Amino acid sequence: MTKGPRDKTMTIDEVVASLEDGITLGIGGWGPRRKPMALVRAILRSDLKDLTLVSWGGADVGLLVRAGKVRKLVYAFVSLDSVPLEPNFQKARQEGTIPEVVELDEGMFQTGLRAAAQRLPFLPMRAGLGSDVLVHNPWIKTVTSPYADGQELVAVPALELDVALVHLNRADRHGNATYLGPDPYFDDLFCMAAERAYVSCEQIIDTAGLTVDTPVQRLLVSRMMVDGVVETPNGAHFTTCTPDYERDERFQRAYAAAAGGTDEEWAAFEERFLRGDEAAYQAAVRTFAEEQQ
Amino acid sequence: MTPTRADVCAAAIADAFADDGEIFASPMGLLPMLGVRLCRLTQNPDLVISDGESLFLASPPPLFAKGDVVEGWIPFRRVFDVVAYGKRHVMMGATQVDRHGNQNISAIGDFARPTRQLLGSRGAPGNTVNNRTSYWVPKHSPRVFVEQVDVVSGVGPTRAKAAGTGASRYHDIHRIVSNLAVFDLHGPGDTLRLLSVHPGVTLDEVREASGCDVHVDGDGAVPESRLPTPEELVLVNEVLDPKGLRFKEVPRDA
Repeated sequence: MTKGPRDKTMTIDEVVASLEDGITLGIGGWGPRRKPMALVRAILRSDLKDLTLVSWGGADVGLLVRAGKVRKLVYAFVSLDSVPLEPNFQKARQEGTIPEVVELDEGMFQTGLRAAAQRLPFLPMRAGLGSDVLVHNPWIKTVTSPYADGQELVAVPALELDVALVHLNRADRHGNATYLGPDPYFDDLFCMAAERAYVSCEQIIDTAGLTVDTPVQRLLVSRMMVDGVVETPNGAHFTTCTPDYERDERFQRAYAAAAGGTDEEWAAFEERFLRGDEAAYQAAVRTFAEEQQ
Repeated sequence: MTPTRADVCAAAIADAFADDGEIFASPMGLLPMLGVRLCRLTQNPDLVISDGESLFLASPPPLFAKGDVVEGWIPFRRVFDVVAYGKRHVMMGATQVDRHGNQNISAIGDFARPTRQLLGSRGAPGNTVNNRTSYWVPKHSPRVFVEQVDVVSGVGPTRAKAAGTGASRYHDIHRIVSNLAVFDLHGPGDTLRLLSVHPGVTLDEVREASGCDVHVDGDGAVPESRLPTPEELVLVNEVLDPKGLRFKEVPRDA
């Protein structure tokens, strides 16, 4: 019998137990799209603290800042799309409860992840020049082209991550993973920018199954980039995980109303949905959906 | 069909994209999407348009409907490539825009502890130094048109020039369209210049609704924004927005 690559399957709790206080954590997806929410919810239940969070943000950022888990936030936006302003993020910023923030242009963010993935200290780009991104982040420097044009460009610093968390549609037990929706987002970059990367997915299937009905171009993440794989059905809820499911707009509205409401309303939301484990969350979501019928 | 203010705005937005040639038109928000699709069906059939997610659409569908023929793939990572490539004209919103054409969608008040946190700067810093950028303001007021924005997300021409050729070379703020008027930034010293007022709006109303100086060329007579053509009205009312979604942004009686 020939040996295959190793089995990297883990539980949600094993992934979160492997994280340390103070790490730099990158979260994949985009805004309210394909976020590894089951892992985010598990972090909410853990004792982890002082995280540096790097995310094109949605409710992942809102939930983690509301729970006081974030010492430093690196973002370009935080939005739920159909609810443009993320109420928990808004509240945290307005009350000054995030000790440090780094607001970047959203393209700089990709360039920073690319630099980290390529093990470079920086990559040049135009974005940021003339804007307050450079005023609020004076540690971000410019670089002058050594060629005849002599242009001054932003030296976008590498966004080096200790850990990346991403959510894909399908994966095998070794860490190869496909996205089946319209957009890969930047999940491969997050994995390559990180020391360790964990993939949660809707379903773990055989390696051969990954390309049975799916073009090979959809294999976004290779096992060489991945340290652990977790099966979390409906694990991106309430963000999109097209084509497995779309965003749960009703739930998102309830989340946003609670987050933007009184402390009591938020406490009630937490009590109902966020206190128990992932199975309890999914059960509470099913009950919520039935009530809405 | 009597044109409404929203229809006038749609035509003004369409005009902003009319001479762009074969580039990616990226509208943010409802009226910009309507205006771009209108332009694609009339003045500039070469425009490349998307579903606002990840697909280039071969023909413009009604607002929020799916396109039937897809002609390309434009996931977020490729949007960034096209921004740097430059063949793009984005029309963004602006919570604040100032006399020098700087735009703010980041935060109101002191950035360290804002009185109102907004979206974050999104792609505005990169857009403004890479590709043609316009702004859409559905509710013109002194709180939107300000002397100086609280946070510079989108970079105006004066700041771009000060940042050097890396910033200014491809910098091109084209139009600012509001529910009252149309502007560019070719006033003295690259400041806000009024190009036209929408029918039914006076220069004084625009000045009162602006928290900063508005330059007017010549003797102070300002042209009226054009009315949509009969063809445009049919396209807006019967094809692109039969449900009248545009009136949520610019009410009928405005």
